[in-house]
Amino acid sequence: MFANGAAPRRVVITGMGIACPLGLGVEHVWKRLIAGDSGISAIQSFDTKDLPAKIAGQVPVGSKADGKLDLAEWIPVKDQKKMDRFIQLALVAAVEAVEDSGWKPEDEEGRCATGVMIGSGIGGLQTIHEASQHVAAGRTKRISPFFIPSALINLASGHVSIRYGFKGPNHSVVTACATGVHALGDAARLIAFGDADVMVAGGAEAAVSEIGMAGFCASRALSTGYNDTPQQASRPWDEGRDGFVMGEGAGVMVLEALDHAKARGAKIYGEVIGYGMSGDAYHITAPSETGDGAYRSMRAALKSAGVAPADVQYVNAHGTSTPLGDDLELGAVERLWGEAGRGLAMSSTKSAIGHLLGAAGAVEGIFSVLAIRDRVAPPTVNLEKASRESVIDRVAKVAQERPIEVALSNSFGFGGTNASIVFRAAP
Amino acid sequence: MSDTAEKVKKIVVEHLGVEEAKVTNDASFIDDLGADSLDTVELVMAFEEAFGVEIPDDAAEKITTVKDAIAYIDEHKAA
Repeated sequence: MFANGAAPRRVVITGMGIACPLGLGVEHVWKRLIAGDSGISAIQSFDTKDLPAKIAGQVPVGSKADGKLDLAEWIPVKDQKKMDRFIQLALVAAVEAVEDSGWKPEDEEGRCATGVMIGSGIGGLQTIHEASQHVAAGRTKRISPFFIPSALINLASGHVSIRYGFKGPNHSVVTACATGVHALGDAARLIAFGDADVMVAGGAEAAVSEIGMAGFCASRALSTGYNDTPQQASRPWDEGRDGFVMGEGAGVMVLEALDHAKARGAKIYGEVIGYGMSGDAYHITAPSETGDGAYRSMRAALKSAGVAPADVQYVNAHGTSTPLGDDLELGAVERLWGEAGRGLAMSSTKSAIGHLLGAAGAVEGIFSVLAIRDRVAPPTVNLEKASRESVIDRVAKVAQERPIEVALSNSFGFGGTNASIVFRAAP
Repeated sequence: MSDTAEKVKKIVVEHLGVEEAKVTNDASFIDDLGADSLDTVELVMAFEEAFGVEIPDDAAEKITTVKDAIAYIDEHKAA
């Protein structure tokens, strides 16, 4: 394997797309994020009376022109019922990313060199819920022929490939809340190893549903103390934090071999320079007590990037606003950066959009790339009083202009799976 | 147009997202109306639900046009 002697290729970002609680469209969402807006609101789409958590980050409904989502503008009604919402959101983000990249392979060779790797943490949860209700009601024969292809996680990649005719590697990542980073990192490696020239990669999630909310409530993971003030609920590192806020959405990047991007004169946002992973081998839902998994994941990513901690100016934290996880990640960053951590900017953009589970890493990866492009660290909104002091600057409440050249983004998932990815300014 | 024909055509329009004018009696679901095999399975389920008939798989396979559906339903629906 890999015995052909070819050197790994450099990988850059040439397109990006977002659907998230702050809206649709990379520039629109980024502007709102930097302004300190919050996308968290009360759940209206179903009755939350039996749920202790009644709020979430939901993609706003409205027209594309207003940066909101009207599905009819993106997917024919006839096709909408063939895909769970997570696939619909993936498609919306993928269309933006692909169009942004300007990559339209005209020949078979180009199509075969273009792959898709969009993952999801959970997949078609609402679709499975609805099918199971038919079974429970003795109406098993009423289950739609589209049930299975609507619920399957890799169908997000499938639909994107069908829409554009991309015939390269068609793959999908499922690693809970680490999905997004794993998808970007693995897709970058496929390009580096020569399996594809271009990869449409990212994550999508649509778990703001009755059983999604009920399930995470049951595992005591969600914030329940801010139902009346939803915009204040996601408060990473703040002493008042009490769990994460569920969010839905999708983030997709077009990753491309540097030589391929240059040859076609593509706009280049930045470069993927490092990727690292680790496992906790500790607990199904709790992070390891020492933060060792996070530490090793970040260390591996910096090693593969060939940069030292002191070379990194911004960290987009996993920072979900849970009592345990936030400080463990902070501790891991303090340990890895040491003295170089003094004044390092690290923020959690989950404070504004909630936790997008399998989409989180992809959306936050895009934020990290934009932090480099615009030399600005997005804020951790709601960080009023940190539960503990640190030399790390967590960019409380207000965005900061900073000379950011290199950024690292973390995502950690249930099962003890950790992933970190490192970006650098466009070469 | 019979009640059955009208209802069948309405279901076809809704499920396949096609214009009403295209849903003629002779129109084939797959060849003329852009359906795939899963679409036809779903269509048959919708007919069953709307008309209270049961359409076994071997009969469903023979329903390929709008008029096939109308004929089958007229023959089998509860009086």
